[in-house]
Amino acid sequence: MLVSLKWLTDYIDIKESPPEIADKLTMVGLEVDSVYESHPDFTGVITARIKAISSHPNADKLSICEIATDDREYRVVCGAPNIHVGDVVPLARVGAVIPGGYTIKHSKIRGEASEGMLCSEEELGLGDDASGIMILDRNLPLGVDLAKALSLGDTIFDVAVTPNRPDCLSIIGIAREIAALTNQKVKYPISFCKETDEDIQRVASVEILDSNLCPRYTARMIKDIQIKQSPSWLRMRLEAVGMRAINNVVDITNFVMMEYGQPLHAFDFRFLEKGKIIVRGAEEGEGFISLDEKPRTLKKDTLMICDGVKPVAIAGIMGGLNSEVREDTDTVLLESAYFNPSSIRKTSRVLGMSTDAAFRFERGVDPEGVVEALNRAASLIADFSGGSICKGYIDEYPQKVESAKDVILRPAKVNEILGTDIDIKTMNKILEDLEMDCVEKNNQILVTPPSFRRDLFREIDLIEEIARLNGYEKIPITLPNLTPHKAHDNGKLQLKEKIKNILNGQGYSEIINYSFTSFDSASIFGMSGSDEGERLVKIKNPLTEDASIMRTSLASGLLETMRKNINVGNTNIKLFEIGKIFNATTDDDLPLEKEHLGILITGDRFKEQWHFRETPADYYDLKGCLETLLRSAGFENYRFTRNTNIAFFHPGKSSIISINGHPAAGIMGEVHPEILEKMDVTQKVFICELDISVVLKASEIQRKQFKEIPRFPAVLRDVAFLVDKKVPADELIKITLEDSEELLENVNIFDVYTGKGIPQEMKSLALRFTYRSGSKTLADNEVYEVHSRIVEKILKKTGAKVRGAEQLNPI
Amino acid sequence: MKEALEKLQREALTEIRKAKNKEEFLGIRIKYIGRKGLLTDLLRTLKDVSPEDRPVLGKLSNETKNLISLEIEKALERIAEKDKEGELLREYIDVTLPGRIFPYGRRHPVSQVMREICSIFSDLGFIVVEGPEVELDYYNFEALNIPKDHPARDMQDTFYISEETVLRTHTSPVQIRIMEKQRPPVRILSPGKVYRPDSDVSHTPMFHQVEGLLVDEKVTFGDLKGVLRYFAQKIFGENTEIRFRPSFFPFTEPSAEVDIKCVICGGKGCRVCGQSGWLEILGSGMVDPEVFRNVGYDADEVSGFAFGLGVERITMLKYGISDIRLFFENDLRFLDQF
Repeated sequence: MLVSLKWLTDYIDIKESPPEIADKLTMVGLEVDSVYESHPDFTGVITARIKAISSHPNADKLSICEIATDDREYRVVCGAPNIHVGDVVPLARVGAVIPGGYTIKHSKIRGEASEGMLCSEEELGLGDDASGIMILDRNLPLGVDLAKALSLGDTIFDVAVTPNRPDCLSIIGIAREIAALTNQKVKYPISFCKETDEDIQRVASVEILDSNLCPRYTARMIKDIQIKQSPSWLRMRLEAVGMRAINNVVDITNFVMMEYGQPLHAFDFRFLEKGKIIVRGAEEGEGFISLDEKPRTLKKDTLMICDGVKPVAIAGIMGGLNSEVREDTDTVLLESAYFNPSSIRKTSRVLGMSTDAAFRFERGVDPEGVVEALNRAASLIADFSGGSICKGYIDEYPQKVESAKDVILRPAKVNEILGTDIDIKTMNKILEDLEMDCVEKNNQILVTPPSFRRDLFREIDLIEEIARLNGYEKIPITLPNLTPHKAHDNGKLQLKEKIKNILNGQGYSEIINYSFTSFDSASIFGMSGSDEGERLVKIKNPLTEDASIMRTSLASGLLETMRKNINVGNTNIKLFEIGKIFNATTDDDLPLEKEHLGILITGDRFKEQWHFRETPADYYDLKGCLETLLRSAGFENYRFTRNTNIAFFHPGKSSIISINGHPAAGIMGEVHPEILEKMDVTQKVFICELDISVVLKASEIQRKQFKEIPRFPAVLRDVAFLVDKKVPADELIKITLEDSEELLENVNIFDVYTGKGIPQEMKSLALRFTYRSGSKTLADNEVYEVHSRIVEKILKKTGAKVRGAEQLNPI
Repeated sequence: MKEALEKLQREALTEIRKAKNKEEFLGIRIKYIGRKGLLTDLLRTLKDVSPEDRPVLGKLSNETKNLISLEIEKALERIAEKDKEGELLREYIDVTLPGRIFPYGRRHPVSQVMREICSIFSDLGFIVVEGPEVELDYYNFEALNIPKDHPARDMQDTFYISEETVLRTHTSPVQIRIMEKQRPPVRILSPGKVYRPDSDVSHTPMFHQVEGLLVDEKVTFGDLKGVLRYFAQKIFGENTEIRFRPSFFPFTEPSAEVDIKCVICGGKGCRVCGQSGWLEILGSGMVDPEVFRNVGYDADEVSGFAFGLGVERITMLKYGISDIRLFFENDLRFLDQF
């Protein structure tokens, strides 16, 4: 809310500088976002004295004035009759800009040169007097900027008022806070309504049909008014706080709203049929044209102000075009009411109408202040429109709006919550400064807050007031006692940390993508192999359609990030992300959220360096990375199985990963060339995606356990098997391990060979077997026994042959 | 004769001192103590010496021979060593060529700062917990004292999945979920992604928050100040000035915004701090009794405080990043800087 410093001084004295005021307000919870000077609507106008006046040779009504400041003289042609030698006047010099955007130029008026213009109040926008030149105080210094000389500027505070403080959505509200901070009392305006004999009750009536939504409605009538422009002081007040002046009646309702925080509305009484106001809910689908000339379709629970026949305003939000105050309006019915805050809020949201009035009503106006605001506006309208106020006012108040009364405040509790040592006297003083009634009783204070404070109903609310006004800075700094509680091991967090560290170490950088994706991408990249059936989680009010679905995989985001980086010239990319994916369940339940890890590699394995040439990364780079990760997390029991059904992978180079018996913990593969083509990417890309919760569950089972370091030497045996190309390499490993031979410590594939010397349909797989006993050095025959058993089994089960049989022989 | 021997020895040693390479040393050896060398020549004259002097001179000539021989041996050894050293020296490399770099990956700056924040509060005994990102309206709003059709909802624009489910707008719902299950004392920290429909230089529709909650007997606002000052000084440096100013959050009362002295201008006022000299870094307050009521705690028996901070904001302040959207563009030229 914009607050004018000048306006504030109508109600309180301000000795502090604007930055001090801003700081005080901020430190009491009314954050001042910015402070700025507002200037009158002209520049280049200075004070100057008339030295001589002579008549214009070619025009009877014009005169030629010699104008002087302390160091310069000007010659100006002027037509006003009210000036005399010695007068100090506003001089708009050449180059000055006056309201309306006019720039003063050198000119010749009827043949005589004029170096500027003398201005009237009206021409400077400083008043309504257009009859002659504005005559200034003779004691003003000369040659000084007029705005400075008359201190015309104002200081505007932009205050962020929190939703709990509707009372501060007004100049008086802000003044009250400053008063409490500076030991003053607010000088409230006194309104005097000079009434005629005609009783309002005899010409108008108000009927509330829904007292829940409209607990109180008051009205006054002003007759014989004349609609015209508002006086300049009023226009300046409104403009200072960012409102547009319209006409005297409308401006006064706005002025009083800004002054008291109570929105008001004036109806042209001519158009209120049967002289009646009926407050009721709208008919479903009822049409209505609001003041802004927009047609509205009403809902059943929209509260409407109606006359005897039709709706004339959307209650608390905006008046109707049909009863608006016009140039020829003669009689107005002035409304000041209290509407149910949440009803106003609902309506303003449904209709998409956020008006100043709605903003205040939905936060809560002062239910006991409606009449005061009504009287204030009525008296001002009478004053500035020449109208007369009918006798009395209507006050329909069928449902009392609760305000707090006798809230018990325990001083001990205040200090217990704040950690302070504030005495009861200080508390009393603070509350009374905020216009609360306090009665001390049995070491407690019974507090009755003023009705405009819609946020003070409980003890804690009062504690906050004391903390706020006493100053948060005075609360001593302490540390809480740490009562012992159960130690807690967040395994998932630790696992995620570990994964990040390992992947960083392997050269992969972490990214964070939005959790939103497009429908198309969600359907392409849904994680295959999931048995949930891919139900999408859709956002009802997305920012864009491209971001309307909660992602079902990390792969699409990784690819998109890759594409953007390739486009800016980064072609060697290693990325990973850890984040959630979302699948809808039934309508009532929250979606299933699973934490995934996605890894992507593309481009060269290493950046080209002088000692090694670039080598394109392939499937095995990524697989190796993942294996390193799994092993350091303590998993040996994982398997990659070829799979041809993952839509976004190359069907020949894609796999499903099982970990510790979970059949589909993740997927890995080369991205389908068609997808890359659509993205204009010409290099191969490899992605894997893993469900971390599966890894986590498995890691809970697999706690690391210390094993003795072997004391006896190992015996190695290498065998090259000639086997059909279609047999997956890990089949041999599986067969090797299936009987859990006690002496077999390890087996790994150390060479793969196809080509010269090997039949076309075959490949050579070289395996290294490591044998070791925990209790002695193995003899050759002991190794031979188990080794030949394993090799025979492999040969039998896979149809392989041993390449060069000599390896089988004991030495 | 004796003089002749001594002269020979002197001359030999002088030559040895002057010699530079193996060949010269070998030449000296031949010249002086070789079979046809000068010493042999000299010894031939021994027969002319009186027999009683012979043994003395014989011994002397032997000593001379041994001395020369030894000195030459030593010199040769030195040369051999030098040659070996020279051989190694010839095998030199260009030590200025770059090493074999194995590039390490970077952790996302938000994730780095998140970890830092969590570890600071862990030191104070807070336990990290997580909750769902798609959340019930009840947990995200109502249980936190933000009823439907309440203006406080304007403080957080919301993505809706259905009438009753939203993308959580803060990580505060986790505190309700925890308090529903656990009796005090409670000391939790809940980091994670949150969502609000907003997009400009200082807003993204998704960002990260860390929410903290401490509930126990006799927890005071002073304790809140102590914990948050510790945090601010840990993360922004030990001399960081901090201030608490009143604000409003529906789920805390009294509520406070926490500012630090502007890290850019040091409090003089600049564009980053909007000339105020202060930067808002988090929101906090004493848990509102209404929230305790919603989870079945007795506000007369326990009290507590909660705070929430935006991880991106802290990260931006730490590194002087001015556009929040950079975090989610994931340009490697950005990520590689952290």
